[in-house]
Amino acid sequence: MVNSELVLNGQTYAYTIYAIVVILFILGFAYQVTKPGKAGVLKTSLFVVLVVCLTVLGVSLHITTSKTIPWVPMDLNRADIKPDKVFNITVVKHQFQLPSDKLEMKKGDIVVFDVTSNDLTYGFGIFRQNKTMVCQMQVVPGHKNDLMWKFEESGTYTIRSTEYSGPEGHQMILKDVVIVNE
Amino acid sequence: MNFKDTLLNGNEGLFKPASLTPMQKLALRFVVTGILFYGLTALEGMIMRVYQVKPIPTFNSEHYFSLLTAHPLVGIFGSSYSIVFGAFLFLVPFFMKKPLWSIKMGNWTFILVAGGTFVFWFSDFLTHFAPLYTLYWPLPADFTQFNPLSGSFFILGIAIVMVGTLLFVFNIFKTITYTPEGYEKVPGCAMLASATGFSWKESIFRRKSKRRENLVSLPVAAVARGTVDTLLNALIITFTGVLILVYMIAAVMGFNLEHSAIDALLYKNWFWWGLDLIADGLVLIFVAGTWYILATMISGKELYMARIARLALWVELVVSWTVWSHHLLSDQAQPGYLKVVSGELVTAFELITQGLAFFITLITLWSARPLKMTNPLKFLLGGLLGFGLAVPAGIIQADIGLNRILHNTQWIVGPHVHVAILVGLTMTLYSAIYLLLPILTNGAKLYSQKLANFHFWAHLTGGIGMGAFMGMAGLKGMLRRTIYYEGEYRIYMILAGICGALLFLAFLAFLYNIIMTVGIKGVFGIFTPAESDTKELLPENK
Repeated sequence: MVNSELVLNGQTYAYTIYAIVVILFILGFAYQVTKPGKAGVLKTSLFVVLVVCLTVLGVSLHITTSKTIPWVPMDLNRADIKPDKVFNITVVKHQFQLPSDKLEMKKGDIVVFDVTSNDLTYGFGIFRQNKTMVCQMQVVPGHKNDLMWKFEESGTYTIRSTEYSGPEGHQMILKDVVIVNE
Repeated sequence: MNFKDTLLNGNEGLFKPASLTPMQKLALRFVVTGILFYGLTALEGMIMRVYQVKPIPTFNSEHYFSLLTAHPLVGIFGSSYSIVFGAFLFLVPFFMKKPLWSIKMGNWTFILVAGGTFVFWFSDFLTHFAPLYTLYWPLPADFTQFNPLSGSFFILGIAIVMVGTLLFVFNIFKTITYTPEGYEKVPGCAMLASATGFSWKESIFRRKSKRRENLVSLPVAAVARGTVDTLLNALIITFTGVLILVYMIAAVMGFNLEHSAIDALLYKNWFWWGLDLIADGLVLIFVAGTWYILATMISGKELYMARIARLALWVELVVSWTVWSHHLLSDQAQPGYLKVVSGELVTAFELITQGLAFFITLITLWSARPLKMTNPLKFLLGGLLGFGLAVPAGIIQADIGLNRILHNTQWIVGPHVHVAILVGLTMTLYSAIYLLLPILTNGAKLYSQKLANFHFWAHLTGGIGMGAFMGMAGLKGMLRRTIYYEGEYRIYMILAGICGALLFLAFLAFLYNIIMTVGIKGVFGIFTPAESDTKELLPENK
């Protein structure tokens, strides 16, 4: 089951390994470049291989994530997907106004958070009890801000603004208002 | 020499400000001011690092966010722009073997960039105007939170910097295209086309035997291409500033203009298009160009694959005009095709262009093996490592799937922004400063190599460490641009704070080393008028 926590853990390992390799590469280069010895000339063909590798690396990341991260196709095609529930939320003067005290849904439901801002640009993020992020989007005034999501785990989640909207914005937190039932 | 003599007159009394040409003074003024603004940015950064560990009760959130607003702007305009402008106003004439078009205009650029930075920083310091550098509409015009008068002074400061920037742009292009008195006539338009890359077909599609030589050298082409983005960016920021200023002046006069007259999403696209010309444009192009200059000067060799490097700079320029949408991957109203094409695919090109610059520089250095591990070389390798780490971190977040769980977290600002700027850009600039120091000072001798070594290691480990711990917190859900009161991510912030302290110590070591190299009299001497009025870069006997 692929959820955002698993993706983040995968990213942590992948980037850490990459970072160690790059650091070791530069350290190795720094050591070798000061050593006596003849410098070989890099062939043009190898240089072309390098360009191809960089291209493949850059593009393959997006292809991989679009095929393995479940919320990508859902997000891009959300207009054609019928949700199980829609929650209409309004934000004004640094306050989230929910349709009810708690937003309840079942695990596996496809839900839409449709958030409207009546004044500033805000953020809308959902967080687990351990503070890790489930998902987020920007909330831009004058535009439709709809986030489609499928919760893979039951539990209680917190909503908070993820975008700076002035010095009061960091207090825009609604604790434990999203309830996902089994 | 005893300590007092060295402090006053510099190491062995070798630095004589009276011997400097107006051009040397101009470049040094930019560099010294840029270093001082870097110190201010670092100090602000340290205050915020402490605040992230534990909010300071006497220091309210308005104050914190005003620091967060000023910090990157002072870093970009006051420090990086100053050092880069100073270096390029000196190096373009150096490589073109002709005088700068106008030294007077160069000095005005210096005054306006430094003065404008001080105006917006001081306005922020006094009044706590805090819309951040993103200025998301209608936040800068939200006068329930911010005073329009204080905002006007802030915008005025930015506008002064932009005027200075436009003068820099004009001076650079004029220097490339003009013919000084007594020189052989240069074809101005053709020079401009060669410098900006509009003659690219010439060097790619023509047969080698029929290919004409490029009119301007690769370093000058790099500066010119970065300067195109500098120009476009200055125009966008100026336009945006005027727009905000209209709302502010109206509010001061008692009129409240409708915020909805401006479409917030269109504004965001427009603003990020312009802002990305710095982050993904001139920074990457100037940095690549500086790597090429440093690699050839350190190695004494021709640049490897110079023709490809020149093309890559042109591609980078075009890419920088089309990548802005990676900042709007979490904006649901942003069209999907823009997210995929501009946000993901075109952005991935930066891995190619910056990867090419990375390898071309390394191969050029390798061709001169064995090299002595000098200060310029070690800082250049640090700069390369910085971008080697930060560019892929940026590509990761410029992905629709990953952006959903990374946007506005500490990941963005740690492993990507801070590692790119502090390790990648700043270490590249330090490399240039160490390399140019003897040239610009007519042979001043660095006071302490041990301090330079400490500067290197403390800056490198501090910069990478700070970025890494911020990134770890981001992956655990810690947001940027917010305050945590319950110690949620304290362990990461303590570790990031220790690394930040290392960075600050590195800066203090560097500052002390430079002051002891040129002396306090020398520092002040840089800012007095030059004794000679020559347009030459260096004194005649050098």
